[in-house]
Amino acid sequence: MAKLKTAIVLGATCAGCDVAILDLNEKIFEVDDLCEFVFWPTAMDFKIDDLLALEDGEVDIGIYHGAIRTSEDLEMAEILRKKAKVVVAFGACANFGGIPSLDNLPYDQSLFDLVYEQVPSMDNPQGTVPLEIIELKSGDELTLPKMLKDAGALNSVIDVDYYVPGCPPMVPLIEKVVDVLKKFSETGTLPPKGTVIAGEGTLCEECGREKPEQISYHAFFSPQETKKIDPDKCLIPQGIICMGPATRSGCGALCTKMNVGCRGCMGPTVKVKDHGLKMISALTSLLEVDTEEGMTEEQLEKIVQRIPDPLGTFYRFTYGSSLISKLHSDKEDK
Amino acid sequence: MPKIYEVEPVTRLEGHGGLILKVSDDGKKVLDAQFNVTTTRFFEKFVEGRFMEHVPRITPRICGICPIPHHIAPTKAVEDAWNVKIPPAAFKVRELLLQAKQYSSHLLHFYALAAPDFIYGPFADPAKRNVVSILKDLPAEGKMALEMMEYGQALCAAIGGKSVHPIVSIPGGLKNPFSEEHRDFFLKDWERQVEYTKKTVEIALKVVTDYWDVVANVGVVPTWYLGVAKEDGTHDIHDGMLSICNPEGKIKRYKPQKYLEVIGEHVTSHNYGTHTFIKEVGYPEGVYQTGPLGMINVAERMNTPLADAALKEMRDKIGTNPIHNVFAFHWARIIETVAAIENIGNLLKDPDIVSTDIKTMDVEPIAGRGVGMVEAPRGTLIYDLTSDEKGICRKANLLVATNHNLGGIDKLVTHVAKQIIEQDALKSIKLPDPWVK
Repeated sequence: MAKLKTAIVLGATCAGCDVAILDLNEKIFEVDDLCEFVFWPTAMDFKIDDLLALEDGEVDIGIYHGAIRTSEDLEMAEILRKKAKVVVAFGACANFGGIPSLDNLPYDQSLFDLVYEQVPSMDNPQGTVPLEIIELKSGDELTLPKMLKDAGALNSVIDVDYYVPGCPPMVPLIEKVVDVLKKFSETGTLPPKGTVIAGEGTLCEECGREKPEQISYHAFFSPQETKKIDPDKCLIPQGIICMGPATRSGCGALCTKMNVGCRGCMGPTVKVKDHGLKMISALTSLLEVDTEEGMTEEQLEKIVQRIPDPLGTFYRFTYGSSLISKLHSDKEDK
Repeated sequence: MPKIYEVEPVTRLEGHGGLILKVSDDGKKVLDAQFNVTTTRFFEKFVEGRFMEHVPRITPRICGICPIPHHIAPTKAVEDAWNVKIPPAAFKVRELLLQAKQYSSHLLHFYALAAPDFIYGPFADPAKRNVVSILKDLPAEGKMALEMMEYGQALCAAIGGKSVHPIVSIPGGLKNPFSEEHRDFFLKDWERQVEYTKKTVEIALKVVTDYWDVVANVGVVPTWYLGVAKEDGTHDIHDGMLSICNPEGKIKRYKPQKYLEVIGEHVTSHNYGTHTFIKEVGYPEGVYQTGPLGMINVAERMNTPLADAALKEMRDKIGTNPIHNVFAFHWARIIETVAAIENIGNLLKDPDIVSTDIKTMDVEPIAGRGVGMVEAPRGTLIYDLTSDEKGICRKANLLVATNHNLGGIDKLVTHVAKQIIEQDALKSIKLPDPWVK
């Protein structure tokens, strides 16, 4: 059986996805038995020209991690789509825009003004900024990739075949991917296009904490305010904001096992269009269901004030592909 | 018409970089060489508006290879801004977490990113120069390397909740204690890890001996250095003074909160990454290097016996202090790896490490500004965060390893390009026969 030609391409990424793959440890040998890497900048020495030199469709599996932030990220995504039969969006950034897509929030200040001019350590009297094209005296040009207006998910620019969410995808998920590749290598069959290689249900189903029949809460606490958290009971009634009810399973519930509320790096479950909205509506309906009618406006206000950062709380990993980001973006365009 | 050579992308690197080399039209003179960061993600902007205590859950995404220092440094900044003191046991568990990351990251760097050049030789087929080849060609060493990295990563996961992008550190201490069960598990394997580390030192020393001509003569460029050390000069990755060393070896130490007096940030039009420099000298004279060699150069001694002996051996052999040999970075990295495994042992044996007193309840958001600094495997991290009275982050200034290193890298790359192109160094440098052909 010929090995699957595999390319791993990086967008706006922290390379945690690469480390997650290396964290397979001895299982990396299984990957090596299955795959022949033809491009993987973090670990190997192939250059862009090596990838371009391959025939279209010659790469069997193309894995992309990171968001689409620059013109180069976009170009590399397009090259990968051309060269690879199958493209996999790997990790929260490629799946939903991830943390880098918090860039897209409707800020008043330009990002360049802050980081190249206004931070306190800056010494830039000439107001130099990175340039896409630098003309040299000799007439030559040097270039930098263009910074796109927003950071987005991979499927906002190319057709994606499979999705592996998580920040980063956890080892059990990567093992699942290895199984898919094995089956592909042996039988030539692949899962239906669009499959998310992760759990089907919500994180709550995987978390294992005991949920009351009707979840309700009366206030939210910051992690530093909570003294003792019952390790067996659902976090939400204990006053911990947890994205579990709106989030896809498959991560092994690592955060909730540590008494830490989920922030949704696996993204929403099937059919949910907007991860944050789904969670906000879930939380609203859970708000102290028994006593809501008896609650004064002041008390309600108090609870709401405990969530002064809804975007960073409910859209931490999915802002770039959320409905609300499209609204913000439309507004800016006008 | 000058010729321009581009390397795109620079590989075996966590991040996006390109190399540009400008050479005169006759091909005999190096005009300029630059290492350029070709993207950025604006973390300083989007942590604004977030809860201060959630900044440490966001910024680890700056670097997936060193997410733990990017988790601890902002926590320390929040605590500095809010005047929070943490229990001694929490300090120790955080230190264990940092040392575990230091161990796994340094080993990943040595075995997976750097070793391919030494094992196969710098002119081997590029398709061969990678960690997968090493695992196949040197299975015993490869297996050992995997087991060492796994030990560090598993320890990170046991304390941090996840090995990549931890979740445990909060203002006031830690979310959860380190369990006795985990302590026993990692202590049981510790001695084997020490043996492995000693073996790794032997491998590293063989590399140094084999490539002595390269270590001694290629890329020997005096720059400034920056790192973290205790006030008395003891190496410390967790909680020391911001330390700088001039090219002649004169060391100065500052409280991290004084970093703006020490460091300035310069922007070039060819790079999304800013270049930091030593303010008292200015740019570009004040460019510096950080990471293992910077740490060694700003330290008087290591805090553990084996590592300290290894440092003395290195200084004796190279014969200068500070050490300006860029290939000594790997050696310094191995000395820090030794320190990491010794510190891991000391911490695992400390009864406090499983204490449940790991969090103070005395944490109240106040308006204020704080600085948190730790050493990451590839350089110093400085987090400067401003909180409003509700505990929302209003301003952030982050200086990370890449900022510190860029100016130094440009200087080094230019120097080495001149050695190769103008002085034809490749003809005279003695290279050993590759271990694996």
